[in-house]
Amino acid sequence: MERISSPNALLDVIKKHQDARDPDKVRISVCQGTGCIASGANSVMASFESTLLEKNSSVELLGTGCHGFCERGPLVVIQPEGTLYQRVKPENVNEILDKTIGNGEVITKLLYRDEAKNTYEKEQDVPFYKHQERIVFAMNGHIDPSRIEDYLAMGGYGALAKVLLNIEPEQVIHMVTKSGLRGRGGGGFPAGVKWKSCRDAEGSPKYIICNADEGDPGAFMDRSIMEGNPHSVIEGMIIGAYAIGATKGYVYIRNEYPLALLRLENALEQARELGLLGDNILGTDCSFDITINRGGGAFVCGESTALMMSIEGKVGRPRVKWQHTAKKGLWGNPTNINNVETWANIPPIMDRGVDWFTSIGTGDVSNNPWGGSKGTKIFSLVGKVNNTGLVEVPMGISIRSIVFDMGGGIKNSQKGRTFKAVQTGGPSGGCIPEQYLDNPIDFDELTRLGSMMGSGGMIVMDDRTCMVEVARYFVDFLKEESCGKCTPCREGLRAMSEILGRIVKGQGRHEDLVVLEDLASTMSVASFCNLGLTAANPVLSTLKYFRQEYLDHIDKGECAGRQCQDLIKYTISEENCTGCTLCARKCPTKAISGEKKSLHVIDQELCVRCGVCDDVCNFNAVTILSGPER
Amino acid sequence: MDLAKVDQIVEKYGFDKNAVLAILQDIQVAYNYLPREAINKVSELLSLPLGQISSQATFFSSFSLTPRGEHIVTVCMGTACHVRGAPRVLSELERELKIDDGETTADGKFTIETVNCVGACALGPLVMVNGNYHGNIDTAEVSTLLSAYR
Ligand SMILES: Cc1cc2nc3c(=O)[nH]c(=O)nc-3n(C[C@H](O)[C@H](O)[C@H](O)COP(=O)(O)O)c2cc1C
Ligand code: SF4
Ligand code: FES
Repeated sequence: MERISSPNALLDVIKKHQDARDPDKVRISVCQGTGCIASGANSVMASFESTLLEKNSSVELLGTGCHGFCERGPLVVIQPEGTLYQRVKPENVNEILDKTIGNGEVITKLLYRDEAKNTYEKEQDVPFYKHQERIVFAMNGHIDPSRIEDYLAMGGYGALAKVLLNIEPEQVIHMVTKSGLRGRGGGGFPAGVKWKSCRDAEGSPKYIICNADEGDPGAFMDRSIMEGNPHSVIEGMIIGAYAIGATKGYVYIRNEYPLALLRLENALEQARELGLLGDNILGTDCSFDITINRGGGAFVCGESTALMMSIEGKVGRPRVKWQHTAKKGLWGNPTNINNVETWANIPPIMDRGVDWFTSIGTGDVSNNPWGGSKGTKIFSLVGKVNNTGLVEVPMGISIRSIVFDMGGGIKNSQKGRTFKAVQTGGPSGGCIPEQYLDNPIDFDELTRLGSMMGSGGMIVMDDRTCMVEVARYFVDFLKEESCGKCTPCREGLRAMSEILGRIVKGQGRHEDLVVLEDLASTMSVASFCNLGLTAANPVLSTLKYFRQEYLDHIDKGECAGRQCQDLIKYTISEENCTGCTLCARKCPTKAISGEKKSLHVIDQELCVRCGVCDDVCNFNAVTILSGPER
Repeated sequence: MDLAKVDQIVEKYGFDKNAVLAILQDIQVAYNYLPREAINKVSELLSLPLGQISSQATFFSSFSLTPRGEHIVTVCMGTACHVRGAPRVLSELERELKIDDGETTADGKFTIETVNCVGACALGPLVMVNGNYHGNIDTAEVSTLLSAYR
């Protein structure tokens, strides 16, 4: 495509692409997000390609970014009806083309079916999608992320044209502040306030950074935004650069995200070709370009100052924040850093206006950007829930609605599994128990409940999750990831890990709980960066809501979640065992013996407690004993 | 050891002293690990103290300082995978291959590594072999998964 000479010319180009896109055209969109690829979407796509070619068909085939419903991938959506087929295999392709495309027939076996056996034809009716409000994800699933033309046809870069034509930089910042947009990367700091201090700071050049390190394990919304709609992040960054007066941008992206990297590189190339990046963007006097840096897999590098150290070529350890990053950031110059999802919210805000954005969410931000949480948040709904994936919901929704309405409830509830807690906020977040399921969640409410928003990870835990073990997991995670610079964090985490390691083995003491709380209070005031300052949260929140589980480990050697290997014993119940022999065949150490159609027995000497027998048993015959009963 | 690729990589980044991390990442892709000689060479080419290069090489968990096997088996130990049984999958892999996390089998075929999250959390527990994702792996499937690469 040709270089575009002015914002007005950009509007014409957008119009041309919009007009060319026929909304009633039959389109097959095949999800090519990482989740669906992991389930085999590549071969489904290839099969569509070759079969369409064979049939000499003119139906449009679209490889899109993540649709969010990763659990049910590979996903295929037929537009304009919006028919959703899930768990599609290459061998279904012919049938889809013959029946659905050829005849308008719906193939029932490929539809989504919930636990109550209701089937749903259209994507927008499936409960997982029905309750969502998609702003950042609005185009995912409708565009091919490798084609800038698709983004333009959906009105993409329209916000940039509008801003460059009519809105002064200060006014852009004013709008972002008024919108109440708060940082989606963890802290929830109002984006407009941060932009303003960077714009007002002395020094040049100014930098902006997109934090795409996404270190919070269990969260993958940033990845899906970059994979599914990279131009939305780039457009947000260009608008930000214009508002702040920055000339250079960086995207710091995790090394574990090869596809996102590829999509982003490709999108940057296209944007440069059209004159949307580089010197004199669209013929204006705004110049700005973006460079990509790959991270090296260190959690602490997601922290803003550590990330900047890493971009500067140094080891990614946090540095002092006496001087605000906005004033002295990269190479000592004014720098503004925002998260991927924060940047991707900018174009819709500019496009649709402050009033529209503030109509979604909680609180009142008209005089105070901290006064509420506006817009949507993408949560990654994972763990022990039926429908895992990414959901974009308005701020203020309840956890119950997310876990039960969209998530379809607890996995294996037919085997008796029940809800125990939801963990939010990443490794330094907390666990929220059942009594708060109906609280409307936003930045401030999650903090009040002893957790935090973090980047939006939402890990569902059932009664077969041990909360002490969960605390140990996070402490060990943070112990490994602590950069070691300051003592409270480095040594505090080591001591906590040692104590929790003993408790999960049944060797804990009552004094341990006092020491844990003591360590936590020191770490939370004396650590250098936020990693250490918040590192005790998982311990504190589990101690607060699940203290009994700690006490049971200590007093009775009992693990309520039946997870702590030293405290459990697998047995087979006489009542339920049908003698089907499946477990005996699957057991890796051959610890199970028994004749066909008669009770099987586990040899405790040989058992390594891997749990295969429980996983495979179809008759709920494997019982896990713990505590006195063991 | 042939270090020609190291020269090429450093040159590709225009001998940029700020690009150490990216250079090391490319070297790891080219050699499958970070050979000591390559680290020395980078230090020489960029005229940076060896300590500065090695501190990057040891800070990040994605770097390996020892040769790795033909097939890299990466187990996600992220939270979502963890609660769905990743530790049991890892133990099973270790039992099956008779090595621990971070080690390589004697025949040089397999290396087991762990990672904090690969962003396919909806499909946990997740194992990657040579960069290919395998989702919803249960302990019983581990040996079948490996047999495809044996
Ligand atoms: C240990 C640690 C890890 C962090 N990791 C990330 C991350 O992976 N991604 C991110 O966007 N922010 C992360 N943050 C938050 C950043 O420091 C920073 O607040 C954020 O990028 C600012 O952008 P926002 O205001 O748009 O949220 C992390 C913070 C800490 C203390
Ligand atoms: S709090 Fe932890 S991660 Fe942060 S500087 Fe101190 S040791 Fe490093
Ligand atoms: S937690 Fe395993 S892929 Fe994210």
